[in-house]
Amino acid sequence: MTNQHNEHPWEVKSPWITPFNVVAALIVLMGIYLTYLRFTGGLAAVTNLDDNYPWGIWISFDLLCGVALAAGGYTTATACYVFGIKKYHAAVRPAILTAFLGYALVVFALHYDVGQPWRLAYPIFVQQGTTSVLFEVGLCVFLYVTVLFLEFLPAPLERLGIKRVRNIMVKLTLVLTVFGVILSTMHQSSLGALYLILPSKMHPLWYSTHLPIYFFVSSMFAGLSMVIFESTLSHRWYHNRMDKSHLEGTPHVTFGFAKAAAWIMAGYFFIKFFGVVLNNNWAYLNTFYGMIFSIEMLGFVALPAFLYIKGVKTRNIKLIRWTAVLAVFGIVFNRFNVSLVAYNYHLPSEMKYFPALAEIGVTIFVVTIGLIVFKFIATRTPIFYELPDYKGSH
Amino acid sequence: MNRRKFLGAIGAAGLTITGAGKVLAGEKPVMGAAVKDIEGLPDSYAVLFDSNICIGCRQCEMGCNQENQLPEPDVDFHDPRIFEQIRRTDWKTYTLINQYDDEAPGLGWLYRKTQCMHCLEPACAHSCFVKAFHKRRDGAVVYDRKVCVGCRYCMMACPFNIPAYEYHIALDPLVTKCTFCEHRLLEGREPACVEICPVRAMEFGTRTEMLNLARRRILDNPDMYVDHIYGEHEMGGTNWLYLSPVPFPEIGMRMDLGTDPAGNYTSGALGGVPIITAFWPVLLVGAYAIARRKDKVAKEERDQYVSRMIAQAGPEVGRKLAERLSKTQELDQAAIEEEVRKALAEAAAKTESEEAH
Repeated sequence: MTNQHNEHPWEVKSPWITPFNVVAALIVLMGIYLTYLRFTGGLAAVTNLDDNYPWGIWISFDLLCGVALAAGGYTTATACYVFGIKKYHAAVRPAILTAFLGYALVVFALHYDVGQPWRLAYPIFVQQGTTSVLFEVGLCVFLYVTVLFLEFLPAPLERLGIKRVRNIMVKLTLVLTVFGVILSTMHQSSLGALYLILPSKMHPLWYSTHLPIYFFVSSMFAGLSMVIFESTLSHRWYHNRMDKSHLEGTPHVTFGFAKAAAWIMAGYFFIKFFGVVLNNNWAYLNTFYGMIFSIEMLGFVALPAFLYIKGVKTRNIKLIRWTAVLAVFGIVFNRFNVSLVAYNYHLPSEMKYFPALAEIGVTIFVVTIGLIVFKFIATRTPIFYELPDYKGSH
Repeated sequence: MNRRKFLGAIGAAGLTITGAGKVLAGEKPVMGAAVKDIEGLPDSYAVLFDSNICIGCRQCEMGCNQENQLPEPDVDFHDPRIFEQIRRTDWKTYTLINQYDDEAPGLGWLYRKTQCMHCLEPACAHSCFVKAFHKRRDGAVVYDRKVCVGCRYCMMACPFNIPAYEYHIALDPLVTKCTFCEHRLLEGREPACVEICPVRAMEFGTRTEMLNLARRRILDNPDMYVDHIYGEHEMGGTNWLYLSPVPFPEIGMRMDLGTDPAGNYTSGALGGVPIITAFWPVLLVGAYAIARRKDKVAKEERDQYVSRMIAQAGPEVGRKLAERLSKTQELDQAAIEEEVRKALAEAAAKTESEEAH
């Protein structure tokens, strides 16, 4: 990667026919076909869901991982605007955009998963099931998508030159950030709390009354790692769209976030460890489930924490970037373990769920839509650079 | 930032979300997520199923199928091969009989009926985010098909694995489960499965009557029954009660569900909502204020230093120093010292060169 930067990143044009666009177009065509199957043949036509497994990978990946990995929005905004660490400023806009798209896609994906998607807003507007953890998740996600949209608005408004509205939105930054953290705290943790009501179906190694805390704490390093991961990819593809201050800010973000993630992972490792101690789960460690649990804790929490620290100490940015990939995989592994491995652990293996190809196809389609929209927005609005009129003004 | 506006926004958010703590059962809603003690709806309808009496004829399955106008079953109601596997409820089957080996294999079989247990504090109702499930005072847990979104959280939550889903339906699939023949209960009539049973393996009455009947049976024939009424306390109690001659796990009923109603497992987490809503702003705005104050103090110290330098080294050096400091974004001590060192070195060099002239 060169240290040169483009003086006018907003003037970069990209061609229409690129390998990415071709592959993305094919995936979208597949997605449209699967959408047709889903809404003509029902869930049975595209999924392996059954009465024992009402929730499959559309919940495990699209919802649980999607929300956890979109946590970069609140973590970055908090670091920059609440704690006042201004050197992270370059990371804020990409993180907010990633988070906004992440949440929007979660909502989009749920339209495939629920039986009657046109009723998706009923819990908010028609009849409120206030005793349900899922109600809390739904309300928070609904509000937080709105907050993220408002946080993202200044970028397109600057591009369009609508200064007055843009300035109002920028003034709201702290309020929106604080509101975003409240909402994130609640729904990140509630995603774990969803499983509290079914202790009899969950493996004791993953079931704990502290599930909400585990989910919230792990969302923090998930978000931080995702920001590092996203910035790695962006630097690869959008280097010529980044201005000087973005390029100079990135190493601060990478090292700072790696350090923070390692610190939080260490804390997470210990609260999970105390979970084993308090529930006296030692005996389970020496089983198949114990092995998976140990791989999760040692390979995907302790190891990345150690590698992050090593990367920071040796100023090895490459190591940190690969560690971020490992950490992101770790979060996916954890959410799958809770929602699919621990869930229904007592069922005989022939009754267990494995996703259908079409189900995986829909998930790939959803992720691809995210990449396309990210590309569309990042190449048209000031995400990786500041427009001359607004330099240093937010 | 306008403080009043900010507080208003947070307050409004708090009010909206604290609503999430309300509990569903009972006539008086309880604020906060505390779960009310359950009196157990003693006068609600209940059914006592006695595994000692059931002969596995599956008439109840047929009666249920007809009463609820369900589709033809995959296997005929008279085909005994159905017992080769353990079944669960599905969209065509609200109730079913499974066969279990008695203690000495081959000597006898035990049969156990499965249907919705009609919990006093149902997990399905607690977990439903659109209140599609509702516990009626007469004991039935009923479903409102007009609001169901199809999230299937009820199926996740149900400890008895009862609700099923119409996965094959494209546009308006529904959750299906035993209704306790809610339309018949309104007329005071027993459910169809109870009525059709040729051996009276099920009795119908109020929950108190059924508990008393069960106790009497256990007391009168202690050799024939294990001393436990399943459903009296399981998951906070249910309106369907069971008697068995063998430990309940042997007829496929879990004894490890505990006696807590489902809502107890989530009330703690939901109770955290108002706390977070109220206290996070304090914490975060506090952190913000500390960060701001730190910057302010650093700036003050820097300004003081500059004025002292001006006093000591003369206006020209001081002006340059201030200029340079205002350019630096870093506010930490090391950077300031570095700047000062440079300025002093420059000043010294200047004096030297002036002296040389």
